[in-house]
Amino acid sequence: MEKTTYKQGKGKLFTSPNADEMRTFFRSKNKQMKSKLTTVSEAINHYLKDGDYIAIGGFGGVRIPTALIHEIIRQNKKDLGFAGHVATHDCQLLSAGKSFNRCDAAYIVGLEARGLSKNSRRMFESGDVEVTEWSNGALSWRFKAAAMGLPYLPSRVMLGTDTFNHSAAIEVECPFTQQKLAALPALYPDVAILHVHRADAYGNCQIDGILVADDDIAKASKRVIVTTEKVISNEEIRREPGKTVIPYWCVDAVIEMPYGSYPGNMPGEYYSDEDHLKEWLVAEKDLDQLEKFIDHNIRSSADFYEYLEKNGGMNKMKELIRTEHLY
Amino acid sequence: MELMITIAARNLEDGAMVVVGTGVPCAAAMLAQLTQSPNLTILFEAGGIAPLLPTMPISVGDSRTTHKGLKATSMAEIMELCQAGIVDYCFLGGAQIDKYGNLNSTLIGDDYNKPKTRFPGSGGANDLASLCWKTLVVTPQNQKRFAKKVDFITTPGFIEGGNSRLDAGLPANTGPYKVITDIGVYGYHPKTKEMMLLSLHPGKTISDVKENAEFEVIIPNQYETTKEPSAKELKILRENVDPSGVIIGRG
Repeated sequence: MEKTTYKQGKGKLFTSPNADEMRTFFRSKNKQMKSKLTTVSEAINHYLKDGDYIAIGGFGGVRIPTALIHEIIRQNKKDLGFAGHVATHDCQLLSAGKSFNRCDAAYIVGLEARGLSKNSRRMFESGDVEVTEWSNGALSWRFKAAAMGLPYLPSRVMLGTDTFNHSAAIEVECPFTQQKLAALPALYPDVAILHVHRADAYGNCQIDGILVADDDIAKASKRVIVTTEKVISNEEIRREPGKTVIPYWCVDAVIEMPYGSYPGNMPGEYYSDEDHLKEWLVAEKDLDQLEKFIDHNIRSSADFYEYLEKNGGMNKMKELIRTEHLY
Repeated sequence: MELMITIAARNLEDGAMVVVGTGVPCAAAMLAQLTQSPNLTILFEAGGIAPLLPTMPISVGDSRTTHKGLKATSMAEIMELCQAGIVDYCFLGGAQIDKYGNLNSTLIGDDYNKPKTRFPGSGGANDLASLCWKTLVVTPQNQKRFAKKVDFITTPGFIEGGNSRLDAGLPANTGPYKVITDIGVYGYHPKTKEMMLLSLHPGKTISDVKENAEFEVIIPNQYETTKEPSAKELKILRENVDPSGVIIGRG
């Protein structure tokens, strides 16, 4: 019988999969249940530094922490790494801010059925961004491995493809069945930014609808910043503990930010603003136009509320709430 | 486009489980659910399970994907269901495809670090086509799309044909099932795993098949003529699935 060969992806591993390093970090992390209420600008200033590797919650245009990403642009954070785990509008924003120089890419530069982001493509076609290729499932499981406190998880995806060849996965033999598997290195981000439906001041979070990977991302990351549609009491959390998706010890900062996923969809609350997302795609066609667009919408806005005001304010929000509840 | 969606829908039998992408695959699953397959379980990679779709979602994660659904979960759980062998079909949209059903949605060009054109990448496609039992692909057919060699194998088909998919370590008895284009429906040769004509759409010819493929498509002695969409199928497609013509209207 021919001897089986085991391949190794040639992509760069941007983060250490060493579970013991994270155990040591978590051992010394303060787990006291104290109020973590703060502001968007303080949280980004305090917990995110240039060069950090970030993971973004939600699904590109669904339940995304838009206010936090805007602040990354406003504070001109640079040289970030990020997990492109269905990065659509979030990828568009980080590209607009030229905020990153490396990316684990499973889904980037597109906005699903809406089309492709011209400026995100500029960023990724420039040659200035280091990219390692993955699939969505692979990135999900890399977060899961980290959330489990493991250095890797075996899987049956990416095998036989160029996606594997440009990943940092390694083929291994199953010690029990001798099957070929793809070992996916755990992904421990420096900072996670998430948007949830409800959280208490300590960071206990509830999410309605799909979780995407937020539960695992929160457990896998060193520091976690959460914006929430609404801050609720600890009593309310304790009334239905089964609803707690992210527990307080994962979380470092909590900010109440109604409409915080705008122009993205917030399941059960408001639908995506398709007109505004279209404006983004149009503005990206020309670089000068895009700069003006970002200046107007983000850099010159004192905070996220001003951005909401510029795009229709409460009247627009009411319209998006109605659209969400059409069916 | 209407023909492609209708044929695709007919391939999803009642009681089956299918993971769909946005656009044409989602429209087809919706049409199937509203015609012959009311008990089709539709799954979305972002975490939506078994919704009764009221309208086309714009994202595979938006709130429509859990409308009257049975469960809202994580992407990891959806992929785990596929890995465990529960899911019959995955249904993927247009990309560059070769004769073994390998798909490219990552890039055009020969320098990975500085691609001529960068596309989104795998998304969930690689996972789904690795793990679901059968992969259905819907794509318009032309020389560029039906490529002799894809610039990048994002998503596995039969890799290099024969047993190479199994040898790569992918689960046994999985792989490309059908490709539905604007010209015909294709399957794969049982041994060589090369693409093979199954049925030709009304008004299309063998030379249409050949002129719109860079590789040689196997033309068997016997192939069928595609059955046209019925008035009922078209009515549901136009009035219920895609009333604003977002998908149907695409050339």
